[in-house]
Amino acid sequence: MNTDDIVIKVEGLKKAFGDAEVLKGIDLDIHSGEVVVVIGASGSGKSTFLRCLNCLEDPTGGCIYFDGVDLADVSVDINVHRQNMGMVFQHFNLFPHMTVLRNMTIAPIKLKGLSEKEAADKAYELLKRVGLEDRADAYPSQLSGGQKQRIAIVRALAMEPKVMLFDEPTSALDPEMVGEVLDVMKALANDGMTMVVVTHEMGFAREVGDRILFMDDGVIGEQGTPDEIFDNPQSERLKSFLAKVL
Amino acid sequence: MTFVSFSSWLETAPAWVQGLPGGLQNFIFQLFQTFVFADRWKLFANGLKITFIVTIGALALGVIIGLVLAIIRTLYCSYTVNKPPFILKILNAFTETYLTVIRGTPMMVQLLIMGFVIFVPKTELGCIICGIVTLGINSGAYVAEIIRSGLMSIDRGQTEAGRSLGFNYAQTMFYIIIPQAVKNILPALGNEMITLLKDTSLVSVIALRDVTKQAQNIQSLTYNALVPYISLAAIYLVLVVGLTKLLAVFERRLRKSEH
Repeated sequence: MNTDDIVIKVEGLKKAFGDAEVLKGIDLDIHSGEVVVVIGASGSGKSTFLRCLNCLEDPTGGCIYFDGVDLADVSVDINVHRQNMGMVFQHFNLFPHMTVLRNMTIAPIKLKGLSEKEAADKAYELLKRVGLEDRADAYPSQLSGGQKQRIAIVRALAMEPKVMLFDEPTSALDPEMVGEVLDVMKALANDGMTMVVVTHEMGFAREVGDRILFMDDGVIGEQGTPDEIFDNPQSERLKSFLAKVL
Repeated sequence: MTFVSFSSWLETAPAWVQGLPGGLQNFIFQLFQTFVFADRWKLFANGLKITFIVTIGALALGVIIGLVLAIIRTLYCSYTVNKPPFILKILNAFTETYLTVIRGTPMMVQLLIMGFVIFVPKTELGCIICGIVTLGINSGAYVAEIIRSGLMSIDRGQTEAGRSLGFNYAQTMFYIIIPQAVKNILPALGNEMITLLKDTSLVSVIALRDVTKQAQNIQSLTYNALVPYISLAAIYLVLVVGLTKLLAVFERRLRKSEH
């Protein structure tokens, strides 16, 4: 792969909570259009890694370059860069006091200066893509888990981000709703979105991932294509992890 | 003319009063003295005006102070693992001192200090401002803790969702956290409003002629305590019940918009 299309470059990323070192030095290049799936046991640091990418956690060491800009630099306005990085959370985190439509339009209106109409048109278009255009006026509490997560995805997409980060997007869902959310993510991947996905859905990782990262105890234990990781794991740790989850 | 005797009043009283038993006659006379004679109801009305002005002023000031302090405290508390910036540490230390001092001393003492040591107002307007500032500062300390508990009751994920969309801290607070926190804050804030309204009765110590002071004046004019003070209690009760009703309506409206 060439180096021109690197969207996120991570160098020696470290994160410690007090004395507990969660990330112990991570190096990674994420290319445009790539779908990187992060797997690993709980406590291995995969969510922390993802949250460091858009500075929801401040790294304690190393650099993160997004579009060539070092996000750890204090002179960088992180808020501007976050607009270009959509994030989807395990617990959806929709705004319960706003309708679905408002959830999707408030950021584009307030941050990108779109008019109410422009933002609403865009929101309806996105809602149509996930089959929820009839729920625009509903409040989040009136939606099922799967619907909430689909809305959370299009809320992030409404800002037209360059990268989408997914933090265990299906872990809080009832099993029968996992599929509808994964379908939306697959469609997004097929459209060429650059994605970093932390998940326990091995089937999804295998089918959609361009590259799999196996996080182990704060470092990247192993990485490779889905075939390499799932069919030909090298380390004992990865083998025993896969034996447990597959 | 500041005084009218019972016998001279009875002579001019309407006929139906003349036929009543003595005790009742005396009670009606006292009502007459308290409210009607020399237009004394105007004293109550003027007193109420001061009470309202001080209450509303102090409330506004208290909410502003409370909101600022609450945000400082919430922001400080949000640094669980990382060290908060130096400026925030200073602000937080100031806030904690403020809360300790204000909540640890009686309102009456605060009024005496503000009125006779710090401000020493000479005019009525000065007294009103002094009263508003003192009660506002006092109320702010309580409101701060009320708002803080409201802000902290909102799930952390809401802040994270707001920040991840690109909102800065202030925008996240304003668009996402505060609108949700209001519902949790309002009942306790209503209580604080009621307390504040009643606490304005203390401003008479800095020579403000609020409704309580006026009742005292009438007592000293009529040598009669029962009717002025019972009436005063009734006035406060009506105000508080009215305010409670108003808050209930407001709360119901908020719930309606929520799902």
